[in-house]
Amino acid sequence: MTAGNGRRAGSPYAPHTDADEAAMLDAIGVDSAEALFDIPEEVRFDGEFGIDGMDEQELRQSLADLFARNEDLTEFLGRGHHAHYVPALVDDLSRRSEFLTSYTQYQPEIAQGFLQVLFEYQSMLVELTGLPVANCSMYDAATALAEAALLANRLRRGASGHRVLVPEHLHEGRLGVLENYLDGADMAIGEYPMDDGAVDIDALSDLVDDETVMVYAESPTVRGVIEERLTGIGDLAHENDALFCLGSDLVALALLEEPASVGADVVVGEADALGVGTAYGMGLGIFATREKFLRQVPGRLVGTSEDTADKRAFTLTLQTREQHIRKERATSNICTNQAWVALRTAMHMAWLGPDRLVNLATDAVTDARNLAKRLDNISGLQAPVHDRHHFREFVVHTDQPAPAITNDLAGRGFAVHALDDHYIQVCITDVNADAADELVAAFEEVA
Amino acid sequence: MNFDQARFSRDDVYEPLLSEKDSTTVEVDSEDVLPDDLTRDELTLPGLSEPQLARHYTRLSQMNYSVELGPYPLGSCTMKYNPSFTEDVAADPNAAVHPARSDRTVQGTLGLLHGLQEYLAEIGGMDAVTLHPPAGAAGEFTGILVAKAYHESRDDDRSEIIIPSSAHGTNFASAALAGYDVVELPSDDDGRVDMEALDAAISEETAALMLTNPNTLGLFERDIVDIAEMVHDAGGLLYYDGANLNALLGRARPGDMGFDIVHYNVHKTFATPHGGGGPGAGPVGVVDELAEFLPSPMVRETAAGYEQYEPESSIGKVHGFTGNWLVLIKAYAYIARLGDDGLADSSAKAVLNANYLASQVDLEVPYGPFHHEFAATAGDRDAADVAKRMLDYGVHPPTTKWPELVSQAMLTEPTEVEDKASLDDLAHAFNAAYADSDEALESAPSKTSARRIDQVSAARNPRLSWQALEQDE
Repeated sequence: MTAGNGRRAGSPYAPHTDADEAAMLDAIGVDSAEALFDIPEEVRFDGEFGIDGMDEQELRQSLADLFARNEDLTEFLGRGHHAHYVPALVDDLSRRSEFLTSYTQYQPEIAQGFLQVLFEYQSMLVELTGLPVANCSMYDAATALAEAALLANRLRRGASGHRVLVPEHLHEGRLGVLENYLDGADMAIGEYPMDDGAVDIDALSDLVDDETVMVYAESPTVRGVIEERLTGIGDLAHENDALFCLGSDLVALALLEEPASVGADVVVGEADALGVGTAYGMGLGIFATREKFLRQVPGRLVGTSEDTADKRAFTLTLQTREQHIRKERATSNICTNQAWVALRTAMHMAWLGPDRLVNLATDAVTDARNLAKRLDNISGLQAPVHDRHHFREFVVHTDQPAPAITNDLAGRGFAVHALDDHYIQVCITDVNADAADELVAAFEEVA
Repeated sequence: MNFDQARFSRDDVYEPLLSEKDSTTVEVDSEDVLPDDLTRDELTLPGLSEPQLARHYTRLSQMNYSVELGPYPLGSCTMKYNPSFTEDVAADPNAAVHPARSDRTVQGTLGLLHGLQEYLAEIGGMDAVTLHPPAGAAGEFTGILVAKAYHESRDDDRSEIIIPSSAHGTNFASAALAGYDVVELPSDDDGRVDMEALDAAISEETAALMLTNPNTLGLFERDIVDIAEMVHDAGGLLYYDGANLNALLGRARPGDMGFDIVHYNVHKTFATPHGGGGPGAGPVGVVDELAEFLPSPMVRETAAGYEQYEPESSIGKVHGFTGNWLVLIKAYAYIARLGDDGLADSSAKAVLNANYLASQVDLEVPYGPFHHEFAATAGDRDAADVAKRMLDYGVHPPTTKWPELVSQAMLTEPTEVEDKASLDDLAHAFNAAYADSDEALESAPSKTSARRIDQVSAARNPRLSWQALEQDE
């Protein structure tokens, strides 16, 4: 039964010996496993996929060769997917098989470890947002935003309209996902204009009306701008009985105004900046809200209870909101979520602690400011385009066509965003800050 | 089997991280960075040292069951052994790239995505596959949006999705999320689709029928060709819920049965680690006629290399970027490791294991013949109690009280990774728990890190954070 390199001809992970298999077939009362398939002849598959199995060693080499085709560029890229240094502790502990190869905690008595990690994750989100309820993950910021809009709509079923207001500078992925989620609920999306990269509050004021169920704003925005009028935006929403949803990320929340204090009813955003690193856009959506919306929250919640020995214990709770019980009347269709990513994020946050997390956030402001200043000194570049405070990212105006510049920068080993004919966006964090001098030098050559 | 799960005292460092004694509050004083009114005043987070954290998380891990500790026969959830090497492959630093990179600079990433699109299309008998949906339910939603876009493109306004009553709850929720009314379909006496009821349910309003095959009782829908014809004749589309695809790998393909749309749960069928509830990935395959509606971007191969493109009538985005990349790497690696022979063998062994285990349990097993899973009934005993008692025998119990078609159901799916000895252990746990006294069942479990947990009080008095607990005290 063995092929080359000790590999069985069948599945390398099916452990059956020939003797076991014979005994099992005998117990069932059939001659072969083939006889167990109850598939009509006309739909049986007797072809081949043409996939040659590989042993572990050759497969590893083949994938290493494939990934080596990705060019080795230093990325100054952001816009919704950010990389910070992930400590080795996170890799080591999150890959313990007891975490990695476990399933959803449907039997909480034997899954206390993971449940506690998720409870701690929720608690850290409560601390960062000031909102008392946080779920234990959404897929990403885009789906979290969409779920927030659906929550707002459920609360305002009687509203005369069903409109969500979003900034004109919204990441295309977030806007696209929002459109798809809102379509089924017959909800509309309205875009409000921005003024020099921040919310144009007068224009927004003209747009918010009694058909508005939610106003969404971000800080930092997709262009890295720190929004200065969050309280005003929240007031506008509340005066019109709409929810105020704030988009942010965990590092920014450590430094910027606490969402609860500016009137946010829901906080969504991307948590991938901690615990994940660059993963081609794989994310972790955060979702936190007020107590009174608890029964409307999408996704899983971990709570505490007591066991029969009167000891505190953790369990999934309020499952009557969820699809496996409520079916088409569930608050969302989410089942498999991003639990393990939340575990990594929680570990990363705990590892940083409050000091280092605040320092990381402070650096995100000063590093962006300093880099923008240096680029602004280069002839042919103006930075930052928006006269605002920035977090990690900023936009640069280029006299030369932007695509030509990004192309030339790629040739020199750097990746930045080309936004438009003459706009480039640059993102700096602790993982690329040490290459800032080289980036500036490269810009000097190509600008 | 002697079994005792690790338990750590709640009086030592094992307390939740944000407890008063383990947290630190810092003042946020950043006046030289930002105006004071733009920053918060203080932040409280855990303030533990790295060694303390290492112990904390290691202890927590020891209080958690996983497939590397023993069988995890949750019916319809499909938890198989997750090979370690896929983790290493996914951790290749060259795979850690940003999604905004230009196509030319990420040929390796696009090459893998293209390869996985092709693998999944072959395995499912589909023509085109999107990899964006980050979970099975997200795949369902995507598939239904594609169906909706297809009907709309033909000015054919349809309002209903038909779903068997035994289907996964996500089917109902995903159809509703896409704006459809759900028509629930009863099962007939042998646990399969009731053909007369189906005939009555299908109408000009039918946008699609969502079906799992084998269904959630592990039964193959033998009338599938007729079912497909009925749905198609009425102008509807046939949707395949891929939760049970592992039972068919290399034996039958949804596309050959007449399905138009398929979602794949790669974390189930192809054993990418499920990490305590996710991440997964829910790629969606479609027939040619629907390919133009798939989410954007797709990956294609050209003479100049791989490139991303937007399908002609794309539904747009279902994920902020391009889905759960790290999971997709692992799925690709798993499929390439197994190849044709391994894939076909895994379904053979999954089916063999389910039927062998069914023959070894003392509980009544209605319906049949089975594919990869079976629903035993605990009869006049409470299935949830039997399950809690099974924990004391050192195994994870099956899914309980679902599907509702079987009273006191214990939906059991051993998958192909268990050997005979492990299945015999599992059968022993089943049989011993089932035969135990009422007292033993009601007081179970006693060997896990927590005793039976009061679910009702958790829901009545929700305490969802350390802060809520402190308020409570």
